[in-house]
Amino acid sequence: MLVHSRTGKWTLWVLFLLLFLPLFALPLLVILAASFAGHWSGVLPSDFTTAHYTAATSGESLQALITSLVTAVTASLLALAVGTWGALGAHALPRPLRRVLDALFVLPVAVPSVVVGLAVLVAFSQPPVLLNGTRWIVILAHTVLVTAFAYQSVSAAVLRLDPAYEQAAASLGARPAYVLWRVRLPLLLPSLTAAAGLCFALSMGELSATMMLYPPDWVPLPVQIYAATDRGSLFTGSALAVVLMAATLLVLFAVARIRTRASYR
Amino acid sequence: MTRRLTWALPPALLLAAAFLYPLALVVRQSFRPDTGGTSLQPYTDVLGSVAFREALWTTVWLALAATACCLVLGFFLALVIAFVPFPGAKAVARFVDVFLSFPSFLITLALLFLYGTVGMANGLWTEVTGAASGPFRFLTTPWGILLAEVTYFTPFVMRPLLAAFSQLDTAQVEVAASLGARPGQIVGRVILPEALPALAAGGGLVLVLCLNEFGIVLFTGAKGVTTLPMLVYSKAILESEYPGACVVAVVNVLVSVGLYGLYRVVSRRAGA
Repeated sequence: MLVHSRTGKWTLWVLFLLLFLPLFALPLLVILAASFAGHWSGVLPSDFTTAHYTAATSGESLQALITSLVTAVTASLLALAVGTWGALGAHALPRPLRRVLDALFVLPVAVPSVVVGLAVLVAFSQPPVLLNGTRWIVILAHTVLVTAFAYQSVSAAVLRLDPAYEQAAASLGARPAYVLWRVRLPLLLPSLTAAAGLCFALSMGELSATMMLYPPDWVPLPVQIYAATDRGSLFTGSALAVVLMAATLLVLFAVARIRTRASYR
Repeated sequence: MTRRLTWALPPALLLAAAFLYPLALVVRQSFRPDTGGTSLQPYTDVLGSVAFREALWTTVWLALAATACCLVLGFFLALVIAFVPFPGAKAVARFVDVFLSFPSFLITLALLFLYGTVGMANGLWTEVTGAASGPFRFLTTPWGILLAEVTYFTPFVMRPLLAAFSQLDTAQVEVAASLGARPGQIVGRVILPEALPALAAGGGLVLVLCLNEFGIVLFTGAKGVTTLPMLVYSKAILESEYPGACVVAVVNVLVSVGLYGLYRVVSRRAGA
C-alpha cells in the first residue's frame, strides 16, 4: 500500500475513475448503446430497437461474419503451424543464426500492416503466383501479420521448457519425432492455445491490410463495419461492431477453457 | 548442424516467400515510374510534394505525442491498480486485457457518438445552453486522432507495467515508507527504476504501432489529416498510383523499422 491516508486514497481513486471511465469504459458502452438506438441526436439515445441486429446478422453482414471467422481460423492455424515450426527450429540453432530467424519472424510487427497489404497485392498480382481477386490473398496477408505473434509467444515458451523431460525421453530410447509429438508439443500446449487466441483476435479485427486486398466476394467484418459507417449507417456499424466483439470474446473464452484443461494434464 | 539447419529452413523460406519477396517487389516498383524505365523519378515526385511532407510530419508528431501521453497515463493507472488497490481493481486489470483484443477502429467509432457533431457532448451542450450547435469539433482534426490513439494504446503500456509491478517486492515499498519516504519519493526512487524496462518495452511498442496506425485515421474520415499509412492507401487504392504508393511505403517502413530497432536496443540496454 503506497498511500495510507484516507483522503489521499480517495483522491487517487476518484482521479483514477475520472480518467478510466470516460476514456476506456465509455467508448465500449457507447457502441453497445448505439447498436440498440433508433435515434441519437441528444445526450442519450432513444427509440430503442433490435432492428440493427436483425440487419447485422442476415444477408451481407452474416456473410461478412462467416468470412471473418473462416479467414481468422485459417490464418491462425497456418500461422501457428509456421510459427511453432520456426520457433522450435530456431531454438535448435546456434545463437547468431537464431538471432537472424528471430529478426525475420518479428519484422512483420514493425512493418505497417498497410504496407504488408500493398506488398502482398503487388507481389501476387503478377506471375508466378496470381492470387489477386481471390480469398487466398486476404488469408495470406492475415497469416503473414499474425505469424510474428505466434512465433514470439511460442519461442518464449520453448525457452522456458525444462530440457529434463526430453532428455529423459530420449535416454529411454524415444526417437526425436516421438519426443516432439509426445513430450514437447504437449508441454507447449498451453502457450500454443494462448497464441492461437491472440492470432484469432488480431485477424478478426484486421482492417489495414484487408482494405488494400479484399476482393468483392470476400468482405470481412471490419471492412463491412467501415462500409456501413462510411455511408452514414452508424447504428448498423455499431451493431456489427458488437457482433465482432462478441464473436472474438466467445472464441477467446473457449480457447481459455481449452488452455486451463491443457495445463492440468 | 546441417540437419538442424534443414529443419529450420522450411518455415523461414515460407515467410521469406510470403513477406520478404513482396517487400522486395515494393522496393523495385518504387523505382519504376508509370512512364517506364528505372529511375528516381517517383522519389523526387513524392518527396517533393507538400502532401507527403505534411503526412510525414503529422505521422511522427502524432506518434510521439500519443506515446508520451500513453506512458504518463498508463504509468499512473497501473500505479493505482497495483499499489493503491480498490475493490474491483483486479476486474479493471482483466478489462484492460479484453480491451487489447479489440480492433482500434472501434474507438474512433465510439468517439463519433461521444464528440461527433450530433454526439453526446454536443447534445449536452445544446440542451444546457440552448445554442444551435456544440463546441466540440476536434474529431476531424489531429487532436481527435490523438485522443483515439491514447485511448486505444494506453492498455499496451499498462499490461507490461502491471506484470512488472506484480513481481516487485512490496517489502521495498514498505521499508521505504517506514523509513519516512513520502509516496512521491517511493514512486520516484523505488518503483520507477523497477518499472523502467517495462515502460521502455511498452513505450517502444506503442510508438511503432502509432506510426503504423491506419484504422483510427480511416474511421475519423478527416479529409485534412493524412498520415503515411493513409497516404499509401489513398495513392494505391483510390488513385491507382502504385510507384508513388511504393515510395511512401518504403519511407514508412524505414521510419518504423528504424525506430523499432532503436527500441529493441534501448530496451535491451535497460534490461528488458
